[in-house]
Amino acid sequence: MADLSETSTAEHTLRVEAPAAIEVDVSSLTPGTSLIVDWHGKPVVVRNRSEKERKDAEAVSLAELKDPIARNANLPADAPATDANRTTPGKEAWVVMIQVCTHLGCIPRGQEGDFGGWFCSCHGSQYDTAGRIRKGPAPENMAVPVFQFVSDTKIRIG
Amino acid sequence: MSGDKYSTYTPKTRIERWLDARLPLPRLVYDSFIVYPVPRNLNYAYTFGGILTIMLVSQILTGIVLAMHYAPDTGLAFNSVEKIMRDVNSGWLLRYLHSNGASFFFIAVYIHICRGLYYGSYKAPRELLWVLGCTNLLLMMATAFMGYVLPWGQMSFWGATVITNFFTAVPLIGDWLQQLLLGGFAVDNPTLNRFFALHYLLPFVLAGVVTLHIWALHVVGQNNPTGIEVKSKTDVVDFTPYATVKDAFGILVFLFFFAYFVFYLPNYLGHPDNNSIANPLKTPAHIVPEWYFLPFYAILRAITFNIGPIDSKLGGVLAMFGSIAVLFLVPWLDTSKVRSAVYRPWYRVLFWLFVANALFLGWLGSRPAEGAYVVMSQLATLYYFAFFIIAMPVLGLIEKPRRLPNSITEAVLEKDKASGRGPIAGPETKH
Ligand code: HEM
Ligand code: FES
Repeated sequence: MADLSETSTAEHTLRVEAPAAIEVDVSSLTPGTSLIVDWHGKPVVVRNRSEKERKDAEAVSLAELKDPIARNANLPADAPATDANRTTPGKEAWVVMIQVCTHLGCIPRGQEGDFGGWFCSCHGSQYDTAGRIRKGPAPENMAVPVFQFVSDTKIRIG
Repeated sequence: MSGDKYSTYTPKTRIERWLDARLPLPRLVYDSFIVYPVPRNLNYAYTFGGILTIMLVSQILTGIVLAMHYAPDTGLAFNSVEKIMRDVNSGWLLRYLHSNGASFFFIAVYIHICRGLYYGSYKAPRELLWVLGCTNLLLMMATAFMGYVLPWGQMSFWGATVITNFFTAVPLIGDWLQQLLLGGFAVDNPTLNRFFALHYLLPFVLAGVVTLHIWALHVVGQNNPTGIEVKSKTDVVDFTPYATVKDAFGILVFLFFFAYFVFYLPNYLGHPDNNSIANPLKTPAHIVPEWYFLPFYAILRAITFNIGPIDSKLGGVLAMFGSIAVLFLVPWLDTSKVRSAVYRPWYRVLFWLFVANALFLGWLGSRPAEGAYVVMSQLATLYYFAFFIIAMPVLGLIEKPRRLPNSITEAVLEKDKASGRGPIAGPETKH
């Protein structure tokens, strides 16, 4: 099977194989709000977490996690899933992640479920306020893409 | 399709004789559908094979005409289906026949399978017949799944996303397999194109396997409600007119219900979310598959825990495929010497429990995956598998069957006597 996208247009091929970076203006996000951007056909959520959301996530010990790996593309592959490792240094209130359920690919809804994080109604996966899987069939924490704050109000994703 | 040496066909006209010496098609039809001997005690549960054949033909005919108006492109598909519904002459009828036809196809196949499980039709020498039937079920499922993606609504898109994601659970080659199915990294135009191509192809593969299924049937002969093999000529009647007329009546009644849905409840079995065009950035609040997949969907969702090295995702997928795979093994799981549940007091109870449990699983599949529903799904999944893996082998060893009649004829006459109908002479057979 040489090229899986042989039937797709050049545009498609570009889209999936060389995802270019995008810049997102996050100046409108006050604590407790989020926005979702379309990153090459996938929704990426940027959330400025409230004080409580952050505290809740920090209070969780690694032993309680179903998936103890950070799944953060900016860190080594085996980094543990502490709350800090799900964010970026100096901006610990913020989470940026691909809002796709690691079970079978539905898009979970934010600020719902037993842990106040994300809830996937497809098969009932519950994520906490750091996007870590806590209950239900999904095996992994939601993926954190390569990203960085280029200024206080701007994030580059990819 | 019995060999020539048993054939009673005698060509009468010159054309028939000419043809018979070159391609004995009339002989095949005569031997298979006219004088073919069938047990005299077949009930209406045995008309579903004929019903299934009619439904396959109907799906192929309506499907081919739909394909003349359908455009397999993500930018056009949804609107082309809307156009079929509004502008194409009788397009609404074609589409409602085809979408409800899929549902009625599944109603028929589930009844047909339950008939087999009840009367022990999978037991020797009908193992291969049964395995071919299970293959038909798999092909139907693949075809219906891919067909449902074609209208490119929200359920089409998210159903396709979830189901193709199953394959990522396969160790090592999972991601590669999923990308091969999708033709990319997400459900998109290449996916729609290959699904359309396969949706067109698979029904013809199905027709091929159905032919093998019927061939195998004609070699071993039909089972019957007593499960006793045919022993003498008084046990059988000719296919025509006895089975032909009974099948035709069964088909008519079935088509009556089918027509009722097509004309009065055409959207009852569908899902309203599929009337919105696919949106890759928003999953509907409750995604559910078509009703005929619900029991399997409930089994998938029941595995919410890791089992040793198998994580919950792979576990769910294994359980779901396992629930079909176990059907293939039934001929070798059942250890009973007696075929029919009519003479098996315990099997009969557990069989009906199995049916109730399967319906319950279907209902659970339509509920959200939360709270008590999860636990109930887990218990129902447990019973689903226990029926095959524990009850079938164990019951055969410990159950004491009722006395079996010596023959089909004896069973029929006993029943007539008990109901006070008095002895009725067996219908004459010509051979
Ligand atoms: C085993 C037989 C078949 C089954 C179970 C089946 C099932 C389905 C289902 C469930 C749909 C979605 C209906 C809807 O919601 O609108 C569909 C759509 C479609 N099928 Fe089939 N199908 C079968 C055979 C065929 C064949 C032989 C063709 C011929 C090419 C065909 C062509 C189409 C087309 C063009 C559509 C899209 C239009 C529509 O959505 O109504 N199908 N099929
Ligand atoms: S896709 Fe999210 S729980 Fe299955």
